[in-house]
Amino acid sequence: MAEDHNDLFKKSQEFLQMLSQQKDFIHDLLRENERLRYQVASLQNSSGDQTQLAMELEHLRHRLEQIEREKKELREAYQRVEDENKDFAQRYVEIEDQNNNLANLYVASYQLHSTLDFQEVVHIVMEIIINLIGAEVFSIMLLDEKTNELGVIAHEGYDEGITFPAIRIAEGVIGEVSKTGEPYYINQASEDYRVDFLHPIACIPLKIKENVIGVINIHKLLVQKDAFTAVDYELFSLLAAHAATAIFSSKLYSQSERKLTTIQGFLDLLTTPASKG
Amino acid sequence: MDGLRFLVVEDSPTMRQLISFSLKRFKGCRIVEAVDGVDALKKLQTEEVDMVLTDINMPVMDGLKLVSLVRQNVKTKDLPIVIITTEGAQEDRDRGLALGANAYISKPIQSSHLLKVIGEILEKNG
Repeated sequence: MAEDHNDLFKKSQEFLQMLSQQKDFIHDLLRENERLRYQVASLQNSSGDQTQLAMELEHLRHRLEQIEREKKELREAYQRVEDENKDFAQRYVEIEDQNNNLANLYVASYQLHSTLDFQEVVHIVMEIIINLIGAEVFSIMLLDEKTNELGVIAHEGYDEGITFPAIRIAEGVIGEVSKTGEPYYINQASEDYRVDFLHPIACIPLKIKENVIGVINIHKLLVQKDAFTAVDYELFSLLAAHAATAIFSSKLYSQSERKLTTIQGFLDLLTTPASKG
Repeated sequence: MDGLRFLVVEDSPTMRQLISFSLKRFKGCRIVEAVDGVDALKKLQTEEVDMVLTDINMPVMDGLKLVSLVRQNVKTKDLPIVIITTEGAQEDRDRGLALGANAYISKPIQSSHLLKVIGEILEKNG
């Protein structure tokens, strides 16, 4: 009986121990469960963040593309403005040149028609050739209608003692210019060029309509001037017409003045009562 | 640079007119003209000017003598002077600048270049 009792006690002890172990095991399970739940929840949260991050990345990528496009557009616009600026700068230089040309032409034209004195007109033509064209050695020739030859009426810069030949129409470069009425230019004389009266670097006809009344020969430019410029050709055109008119008008005026003086002399002679004698 | 007063010394009426024409780009400027060095010195005694622009080759008194005399005079010694001449050789340029000219321009002149040079001198002189 006592043995059965002991046995039962022992078994109950074992059972209690087993229950206690089971209780610990269940506790462990619950803790593990709680830990796993927490991890699942964390993982779920983490997954949400990544999705949001991905969306933000996508948004940023779009924004970046948009900014790239805007940058490209701005760069193109900047390039266009820069090109326009260059055009404006170029245009400004051109307008400045035109201004300069117009000033030269205006002054030349104004001065040429400022007087009817033949010598003064010739002097003004010379001033224009020196100061506005920049010639160092040059001459002005007029056509003598009686002999049909060109003779020098004014010159500058030639060696002392030079004799200027009379040029016949169609004779050489100068004669050909006076025949055709077309100007002749060598834009840049060769380095070994020496002043040779019959071979100027420029010969400009002085024309009244189609009639050539003379020529301007340029044999050498000033040391600081390498070649003719665009404004020089404009000045040549102006000189061809305006200088010719000014020279011709002043010459006619001088002649008429002389004739008037002569006629006045005759009239005075005729109207003066004969001296009593 | 408004209201500047220039003395243009030139025996050539064509050049006087051309230079004056170019200077009129300075708003309200006043231009006094002289035909040679002596005439210029007389004008400097009676007129107040801000700058002298002078040719070299002139009758009576040339531009180099004028530059020298302007620099010797207490009243005018600091006056900016620009030489505008057909003499384009380096030794002429050096001589003009050594005498005290502030700038040396060879003819034929470019209006824009003349205005630029004047602008630079005025800027430098404050």
